Amino acid sequence: YAWDANEEYLFKAMVAFALRRYSSKSTTQISNVLLCNVTDRVSFWFVVTDSSKNVTTVPGSEVEAAIRMNRNRINSAFLLSDKTLQFLKITSTLSPPVEPSTPVWLIVFGVVLCLIVAGIFFLVVAGVQQRKKKNKQSTERENLEEKGEVAVTVENGIPCETLDLKAGHINGVFAADDERFTSL
Amino acid sequence: LSVPPEIPKEDGRPKWDNKFQYILSCIGFAVGLGNVWRFPYLCQIHGGGAFLIPYFIALLFEGIPLLHLELALGQCLRKGSIGAWNAISPYLGGVGVGSWMVSVLVSLYYNTVLTWVMWYFINSFQEPLPWSVCPLNENRTGLNEECYESTTVNYFWYRKTLNITPDVTESGTLQWWLILCLAACWAIVYLCTIRGIETTGKAIYVTAIFPYLVLTIFLIHGLTLPGATDGLAYLFTPNLNTLKNPRVWLDAATQIFFSLSLAFGGLIAFSSYNPQKNDCEKDAVTVAIVNSMTSLYASIPVFSVLGFKATTGYWDCLDRNIISIINEFDLPEESIMRQNYTAWISFLNSSYPEKIAGLKLKSCDLQEFLDQSVSGTGLAFIIFTQAIILMPGSQAWAILFFIMLFSLGLSSMFGNIEGVFTPLLELPMISKSIPKELLSGIICLICFLIALCFTLGSGSYWIDIFDSYAGSLPLLVIAFFEVIGVAYVYKIKRFSKDVKWMTGRKPNLYWQITWRFISPLLLLIVFVTFVTLQIQKPSSYAAWNPKHEGFPMKEEKVYPPWVLAICVLLAVLPCVFVPLVALFHLIKRMCRNKDPSFVPPAVFSCQGANS
Repeated sequence: YAWDANEEYLFKAMVAFALRRYSSKSTTQISNVLLCNVTDRVSFWFVVTDSSKNVTTVPGSEVEAAIRMNRNRINSAFLLSDKTLQFLKITSTLSPPVEPSTPVWLIVFGVVLCLIVAGIFFLVVAGVQQRKKKNKQSTERENLEEKGEVAVTVENGIPCETLDLKAGHINGVFAADDERFTSL
Repeated sequence: LSVPPEIPKEDGRPKWDNKFQYILSCIGFAVGLGNVWRFPYLCQIHGGGAFLIPYFIALLFEGIPLLHLELALGQCLRKGSIGAWNAISPYLGGVGVGSWMVSVLVSLYYNTVLTWVMWYFINSFQEPLPWSVCPLNENRTGLNEECYESTTVNYFWYRKTLNITPDVTESGTLQWWLILCLAACWAIVYLCTIRGIETTGKAIYVTAIFPYLVLTIFLIHGLTLPGATDGLAYLFTPNLNTLKNPRVWLDAATQIFFSLSLAFGGLIAFSSYNPQKNDCEKDAVTVAIVNSMTSLYASIPVFSVLGFKATTGYWDCLDRNIISIINEFDLPEESIMRQNYTAWISFLNSSYPEKIAGLKLKSCDLQEFLDQSVSGTGLAFIIFTQAIILMPGSQAWAILFFIMLFSLGLSSMFGNIEGVFTPLLELPMISKSIPKELLSGIICLICFLIALCFTLGSGSYWIDIFDSYAGSLPLLVIAFFEVIGVAYVYKIKRFSKDVKWMTGRKPNLYWQITWRFISPLLLLIVFVTFVTLQIQKPSSYAAWNPKHEGFPMKEEKVYPPWVLAICVLLAVLPCVFVPLVALFHLIKRMCRNKDPSFVPPAVFSCQGANS
């Protein structure tokens, strides 16, 4: 927006408002604030006169303190920030950065660690189970070989006895039809 | 979900699920962090496009022959590095032990770099990013002094991450946050390598392919950033004058060598799980070309982002000057823009020279910003993080970038750990009694405990030491003995017959010449030049010392004698096994010669192993 007489009026009003709030006397008027040396850069000097004591200006420290207290309101009136609206000799106090109670990175770390530990646990347990199954199979085969001197026939790594008894279907077409077989 | 039972070959050795897994593992091992942060830097300082000439010559005469040699060796002998070299000749067993030792040393410090990547990754979920703001000092009147003097990214890296001490002799304390991340990293490595190639083979699908996706995303985004074209032009403009400097040729040769991860024993381990009838010649050429292409492909987004950062820095410099001029001369806003800045400056200089001099304006030069070249951890953790802050949506870019770095490093770690794991698994006393899961757990635990010393305040100085001394010189020595061993002890004729049996065709003239003469000669020249250059300049390091006068510039310090002794020990320890083992076997043979019942061991042959 362009800087014109209306904006200057608003500025005078804000300074008066700041002084009123700071010193809590309601005698400061907009006409007490005087602007001078306005340049195209939009920079100027201003003084605040005190109407109760004739032709004297409010001391600079008081004005500085008043503006510092109400800096936020003055900034937002002009839609500017501490960087874009600069009062010479008034430095802004810095607000501390927002710090959450638990640092965010710790939360993320916790999630990652839980996933990793779950993965390791799962893999180790699966490996142990697989090893137990392999051991059981090899001891079963050894036991069968010991009991009968019959050689254990193996089909695809599975002993034939187990194939007959436990798994697999008996195909009725081939098993039941005895007449098909030629007699010896 | 059940783990499928492994179907071993007749000799009980595990094998890859398919050829693609094997190729991907080799590529993942070769393509690592160096492709992203070392190659673009070398391209930049050695004359841009002109660097590609010595790079491809080194690839052709050094990289590909050595790669083929290692892959063929592992495939033929079907053993890890120690077993393979023992089989070639007992006198060369030291070469295998040397590679094993180097793999151990490199695994230790490499995972600590991944720890840093992980730390940055878990910090990328905050808004605003923690490396973009300075914390306040104690009485809240201003910003923290160390942060204010240097930049926010420098402060986050040196203080919040490393908590670095000003000197390598001051160890400082253990940084608990780094210990947590280190434990997590070693847990991830354990998770992926728990059963050797069965588990890494599954993990490699993700860790080897994902970086390419992210690189493509960064490529597309990087090219749209302002200033990207300046960065790319700077990178690729060839300056053929640099080829006269021998340093360029040395850097090209060493870069090819370390980039392909030769002489670690990891490649021998990977190819030992292959079926013997496999075309290792094609594999070697494929892996080498993919590795080089990845380096080139990665340098494009890296330099687009660097160009963007330089341009933004240049614009900031201009803007600060413009503000001070406008404030001084009370000119209206937007009267001086970046485009007419130079015109205004010359006008004001002629009319009000004293005022301009009084302002103390900094001279802004884009070339100067582009010239700030960094490689290694500085590129990733300082320069790139600074560029990421400037991009819109910085959290997403930071997360993507650090996941990419993590997968690149993790796939290389798989190769390192395989280089350690496979030879141990073949030792007779270990393979019978310990299950694989326990062995990999023990290896990861021991490495984690030793690597705790890298989480001290001086840890990053020690990692630089390990990187320069353990991860460079011994590899050259071991590779030299590898080529000499195969070419002159095992004899090239026998090796060619073995390769012909495996691939189906005899290795042609190119392989014969490079294996016999060119590669050993090249390695010898590189080794001698490397050592002379190392000895000539006194070994110094750059320390981060906030109390130094030149702060934020780093302080140049010299290593104290005991640190130098450790450096020499690191470089010599793997190499010393080569003569030691040869000597040991020589003495054993001399004792045996007096024994008449001694039968010399059978001559080993590739075809014989399968029957």
